[in-house]
Amino acid sequence: MSRYFTDEHEWVEVEGDTATVGITDYAQEQLGDIVFVEVPDVGTELGQGDDAAVVESVKAASDVYAAVSGEVIEVNEALEDEPGLVNSSPEEDGWFFRLTLSDKEELADLMDEKAYKAFVDGL
Amino acid sequence: MNENSKNLKQLPLGDWHRSLGARMVPFAGYEMPVQYEGVMAEHIWTRTEAGLFDVSHMGQLQLIGEGAAEALERITPGNLSALAAGKIRYTLLLAQNGGILDDLMVTNTGHHLYLVVNGATKHDDIAYMRAQLPDSVTLHHLEEEALLALQGPKAAAALAKLGIDPHEPDWPKPSDLHFMEAGSFLWRGIPLGISRSGYTGEDGFEISVPSEFAETVAEALLELEEVRPIGLGARDSLRLEAGLPLYGHDMTAETLPVEANLGFALSKVRREQGNFAGAERVLAQYPDKAETRRVGLFVDGRQPVREGAVVVDAQGATIGKVTSGGFSPTLQRPIAMAYVPTDMSGTGTAITVEQRKKKIACTVADMPFVPHQYHRKPKL
Repeated sequence: MSRYFTDEHEWVEVEGDTATVGITDYAQEQLGDIVFVEVPDVGTELGQGDDAAVVESVKAASDVYAAVSGEVIEVNEALEDEPGLVNSSPEEDGWFFRLTLSDKEELADLMDEKAYKAFVDGL
Repeated sequence: MNENSKNLKQLPLGDWHRSLGARMVPFAGYEMPVQYEGVMAEHIWTRTEAGLFDVSHMGQLQLIGEGAAEALERITPGNLSALAAGKIRYTLLLAQNGGILDDLMVTNTGHHLYLVVNGATKHDDIAYMRAQLPDSVTLHHLEEEALLALQGPKAAAALAKLGIDPHEPDWPKPSDLHFMEAGSFLWRGIPLGISRSGYTGEDGFEISVPSEFAETVAEALLELEEVRPIGLGARDSLRLEAGLPLYGHDMTAETLPVEANLGFALSKVRREQGNFAGAERVLAQYPDKAETRRVGLFVDGRQPVREGAVVVDAQGATIGKVTSGGFSPTLQRPIAMAYVPTDMSGTGTAITVEQRKKKIACTVADMPFVPHQYHRKPKL
């Protein structure tokens, strides 16, 4: 199991051909109180860089892009009743969706935890 | 911070906000605090305790000279020449075609008019007023004055703890002011102009203070347990709940007062006189003849609709637009303001909003969404 990060502050946890996607602690901190998360429908084919989800805070909506391409196989239903999970547990219980990776080569474009930490420290 | 931040002006209290842990963002040409502990917590604090806002980006102006009120009436629809000393009026700055250039508060201090205009529009407002006002009226831009707002159910009790004296012994104390009244005060030798007004829907005050003393006053207020600093984020969600329009979003130079649902600002005397800028075009819509109207919307479900989303009819054609939208912390549901066809502006009318290709069901709602708590003067 390994975890990757993007410069858009998403994390991608890969296990075999399956990837779980969410936003980082840094991202939730920047967004503030999250009141709604629009996740993609199961079955959606996402290309790398496509609009995948929308995170709504009290004040603004922010797009979440697909860090990797693949087919959405599961979404976090708990976010419907409790969007605040993204604030309280962004990198565990507040995950957004799971997809089947269509191109594992794309993972090479992403950062590992150490590189991401250095990236955030530089902001 | 982006590279534009070096072009941003600093508020008198800029460093103070940073020392309190504020996140600063560009707004109206200034670096301003958008939040401290979080929008939701700050919003709820203001509705239950007292919130301290720095609104020093707003323009504070004086109009001095014989006939200042009558001159200002040429470009506003408010009955300003009848405004008694110590009273405040909300009015609109109108272009020659009647379009709304800004909304503003006008106070008769007894010897001049004191105006508070929006930060993003203040330089344009000043240029327009200087061009329109006669030479006998002088406009001063009070650039060395900061403006603080203290808002919430405990604002009056908090302000009373400071022990602010009237400027003259027989003048009223701050707690004697009613909603939309103002006066001059002294606190530890610092001159304060205090208005019982604000833009949150709560009881509260706006305090004009020389910039060099702004931190002293802000610090004294923040030492009180019921007072916390509140950023622009919560200011926006508070005014939205209160049904108060935000200039540049809910009305612009393209909007006329009646369609903006600000017909109340066209005072009866001035409607009869019909001698303000754009009066013919403005009054042609009065009271309900505009094609579209600004209304409040309750949004079904949990997802907010945002500024820029469109109102559509059953065939999917665009018939209006959302101008403000967000999540109401008080009501725990999304709310919005939108322009809709006047025949669909009645309370309870079903409205469809389209956002990111998704149709969202809404219902026209009475505004304010959350009742105003103003300290009004009792009716006799």
